[in-house]
Amino acid sequence: MGVTRSSLPRSVLGAGAPVPWWRNRRVIPWLVQGAVGLTVLVLVAFLLSNLIRNLTAAGLLLSWGWLSQPAGFDIAETILPFQASDPYWRGLLAGLVNTLRVVVTGLLGATLLGTLLGMASFSGNVLLRNLTRVYVEVVRNIPLLLQLVFWYFVVFLSLPNGTAAIQLPGVVLAKSGLYIAGFAEGLRWMGPHLVNGVWQAPLRWSVEFGALLTGLIAYSSAFIAEVVRGGIAAVPKGQWEAASSLGLSWIQTLRQVVLPQALRVIVPGLNTQYISLAKNSSLAVAVGFSDLYSVAETTLNQTGRAVEVVLVLLGTYLALDLFISLLMNGLNRLVQIRER
Amino acid sequence: MNPLLRRLRHDLFATPADGLITLALLGVIGAGASSFLRWAFSQARWAVIQANSTLFAVGRYPIDQQWRLWLLTALLAAATGITWGMLRSHPRPDRGGTLWPRNDRIAVGLLVALSLLLPWMLGLSPSVQLRWLAITAVLVLLRWLAGRFGPLLPGPFKRLLPLGLPLLYLIGMVLIGGGLGLASVSPSEWGGLLLTLLQSSFAILLCFPLGVLLALGRRSELPLLRWGSVLYIEFIRGAPLITLLFLGQNMLGFLLPGGLAPERVWRAAWVLTLFAAAYLAEAVRSGLAAVPRGQLEAARSLGMSMPQAFASVVLPQAMRVALPSMVGQFISLLQDTTLLSLIGLMELLGTARTVMANPAFLGRNAEVYFTLAVLFWCCCAALGLGSRALERRLDPAAIARSG
Amino acid sequence: MRRQTVSLLQAAAAARRAAPLLILPFLLASCASEGGGGVQSTKMATIKARGKLICGVDGSLPGFSFVGPDGSYSGLDVDVCKAMAAALFGDPGKVEYRNLNSSERFAALASGEVDLLSRNTTMTLSRDAAGGNGLSFAPPTFYDGQGVMVPNASGIKTLKDLAGKPICVESGTTTELNLADRMRERSIPYTPLKFQTGDQTYAAYLQGRCVAVTSDRSQLAGKRSSFPSPDAHTLLPDVMSKEPLTPATVNADPVWADAVRWTVNTLFQAEELGISKANIAAKVAEARANANQADLRRFLGVEGEFGKQLGLPADFVPKIIGAVGNYGEIFDRNVGPGSRLKLDRGVNKQWKEGGLIYSPPFR
Repeated sequence: MGVTRSSLPRSVLGAGAPVPWWRNRRVIPWLVQGAVGLTVLVLVAFLLSNLIRNLTAAGLLLSWGWLSQPAGFDIAETILPFQASDPYWRGLLAGLVNTLRVVVTGLLGATLLGTLLGMASFSGNVLLRNLTRVYVEVVRNIPLLLQLVFWYFVVFLSLPNGTAAIQLPGVVLAKSGLYIAGFAEGLRWMGPHLVNGVWQAPLRWSVEFGALLTGLIAYSSAFIAEVVRGGIAAVPKGQWEAASSLGLSWIQTLRQVVLPQALRVIVPGLNTQYISLAKNSSLAVAVGFSDLYSVAETTLNQTGRAVEVVLVLLGTYLALDLFISLLMNGLNRLVQIRER
Repeated sequence: MNPLLRRLRHDLFATPADGLITLALLGVIGAGASSFLRWAFSQARWAVIQANSTLFAVGRYPIDQQWRLWLLTALLAAATGITWGMLRSHPRPDRGGTLWPRNDRIAVGLLVALSLLLPWMLGLSPSVQLRWLAITAVLVLLRWLAGRFGPLLPGPFKRLLPLGLPLLYLIGMVLIGGGLGLASVSPSEWGGLLLTLLQSSFAILLCFPLGVLLALGRRSELPLLRWGSVLYIEFIRGAPLITLLFLGQNMLGFLLPGGLAPERVWRAAWVLTLFAAAYLAEAVRSGLAAVPRGQLEAARSLGMSMPQAFASVVLPQAMRVALPSMVGQFISLLQDTTLLSLIGLMELLGTARTVMANPAFLGRNAEVYFTLAVLFWCCCAALGLGSRALERRLDPAAIARSG
Repeated sequence: MRRQTVSLLQAAAAARRAAPLLILPFLLASCASEGGGGVQSTKMATIKARGKLICGVDGSLPGFSFVGPDGSYSGLDVDVCKAMAAALFGDPGKVEYRNLNSSERFAALASGEVDLLSRNTTMTLSRDAAGGNGLSFAPPTFYDGQGVMVPNASGIKTLKDLAGKPICVESGTTTELNLADRMRERSIPYTPLKFQTGDQTYAAYLQGRCVAVTSDRSQLAGKRSSFPSPDAHTLLPDVMSKEPLTPATVNADPVWADAVRWTVNTLFQAEELGISKANIAAKVAEARANANQADLRRFLGVEGEFGKQLGLPADFVPKIIGAVGNYGEIFDRNVGPGSRLKLDRGVNKQWKEGGLIYSPPFR
């Protein structure tokens, strides 16, 4: 390695001679910064001037008035009620609510599955341990988008439909979605039932949502499992031995002794994984689920407002990431050991 | 009791709960494997892969120009053989002093088996099968020659040899795209695996220097550089790749004067590069953080200039620490190329879409997706394996042991 | 909200005035190349300098634009691109095709990535208007209407039967908006399932995720012809909208838009005059020999300066017809009796036969 390579100590030779300004230690940094700053400034000004010129030529100068125009398109599955006569901003908001729905459910599912998998990789059962490894290695090395289209087009769209659907008490799984019994209007208990050849139930997850959620959970859980494994591995072996010598079982040791300590290592790692999950939810567009990105793309097409739509998208995802980071930082402060 | 049985009992049936878990898992594995085998051998129609193998490999690349890609593959095989041989040309005591360690023998066996089996399974014509065999032969032969006679080469020649790799990349670009007397093949005609590999290799090569610069910028003491780097890195890491690709496809035309915007394949390549650079910067930064401050100070006190100290003392150590997470980034970059299908580029997944739209292969989703999954898995797993091997090689303890 | 429309010429002039103030030399270079005289538009100068036309197409729509097993493009939309290339270069092969999905097509055109959009695009007010998408439309090359396709087995006969059912639709299309409007008018609740590309839309329909798929009727017929069992699917009689499918260019370059407009008119006029790919050489010879056939001589560029006025070669008409034939031939070959789609000419007949295909006079 280059460590041993050394050159003549030039600074020693030059001692005493007056330092010219271009070699002055205090001037050089500012020169460098000035040069970089100027380059960036000129570049940004160049791009912006082009943008304004081109947008003016196309009659598309930045404006936000279109946001309150009626959207004209429908969105299939929204928590926030939305119809074609509602304005664009409400459509985008409905998309955002759908994104949040996927992200929150996905975070919970992936954390649960990932933690179980991470714990299982320390199991004494060789089969379980190795199967966990195989799962992680398979899932992590296949692109998420490929997994999503696989879940949707191959798995979920092969489900039976109508009366042939998979029926369990209170739950029905059909090609159109998962239907769960619940309280309908007027606190009346209602199970899944067929109306005019279409399943109906108080609680419904479409297969688009299901495929997206399954894909996201499967993919993220493999990464979370690695984070959890790393966290547990960071707990000194002595802790395990001490706990088991106290007569605690494997699961008790893990839950009461090891995990609380491992969390200190796990939580920062989880932050990264949660943010990727939130960003990956934008792949919903590939399986026909109307999330924020999908609605934004439709909006761009119907209005032609590329710049505004991109700004809305980038701003919202940045805010979402920031929010997750803030939450995780708070959690991180909670799990750090308060010594003395 | 038989030791094997005792071992099995300890590993799989230590407690009643363990036993139940084992039985349940065995049941799941059995059911999964049997239904998979039934699908693969009786339900699946693999003709969709056989008939479209060229499309998956190179997309709509003109047939009369495909010899250039064969030549490139042969050159790549030659380069791999020589590199591999040169790396093994100094028999090391920890490998039993042989030119053909066990792992290498296994690898060569696998390669030959693959070059025999795969073209046959794809139903390629005998002449094409022969071509693959010849390419494998070139690889193995050069591996042997370089391993055997590499040490006899004159020193300056050996030192210049690594320069062949960037040269090969340039030759490859010319072979693929045309120029220097070759007919030009427009990027819109590149596709399939060719496009996937081109996009990822381009982004990996270029994001590396950018990422290192950004990481250094982020650790710089100059506020403008530091804040500029932080702003860039956090902005890119906060946005989903698809919105950035969308931005690149839909807005670059507005940001540059007419006609200056690059072709959309190159546009996507640049977006991927700029995207990956931000993530790579974070990996490099963690590596830099792991190098003790004393290293820099020691190098400076030996009279090295700041750039010299960074280039020959700090960065090499930081790179070694950062290697695993950098390779992790490269693997996700390779996976991220699938997103290009969402903006209408014909990389592997995009090609898959058009193939499945063909009336003759309607509904053959499972076969196509399964094949792509295997392909991606092999590429990503190979990258991971390579990184682990490199990590072991660069481990200072191991270097010290081997002298 | 203030929307200002400035023509490209004005913008270029402004840029030339401002150029000396700017530092970057390559900006100067790019501005300097924007100058051009006579009928030469900036767009046409760019295309001619490039040596090929870049045409935005769908790429996966049988009959309109799709890729054959040998990687070559064909279809009605593709023939419009070929006609344009023939008019510009005398060679229908000098086209580079870009597959665009419905969501990216207008941005691709606006940013200059494609020169001509020939991608079964419906002409509408807001797409044409300077304050909307700002496109410039040629005459429609196919008059279509939006329809709904259902599997026979579903027993669906009218739009009302679709109440509460999932319907597959490609996102970012007029189809999507029309569907919303028609269903709202009739207060029929439904679930729209939206996909980014036609491939995915029809894949989801064929896998039974939706009981109906809606699009232009010609597109539905084209897709149905490629299904494993075309007879198992029916088009509902309801026509939900008018869909004049039209080639488009940007508003900002009227010279280029005119060249496209009259290239399309050439196809119509040639059919009306009975000039086809087979007899074009004979017709040119006839026009040359007979000085009394003024109409024919002007149309074929033997006399007059139509080509010059449009910024095209004088003999652009013979080149177009020699390359792709007249509109009738294009229709028959791609979507009519000569194709798998076997569509009826319907309203796409010549005006003399009661159809809508009508070219303004060449004079």
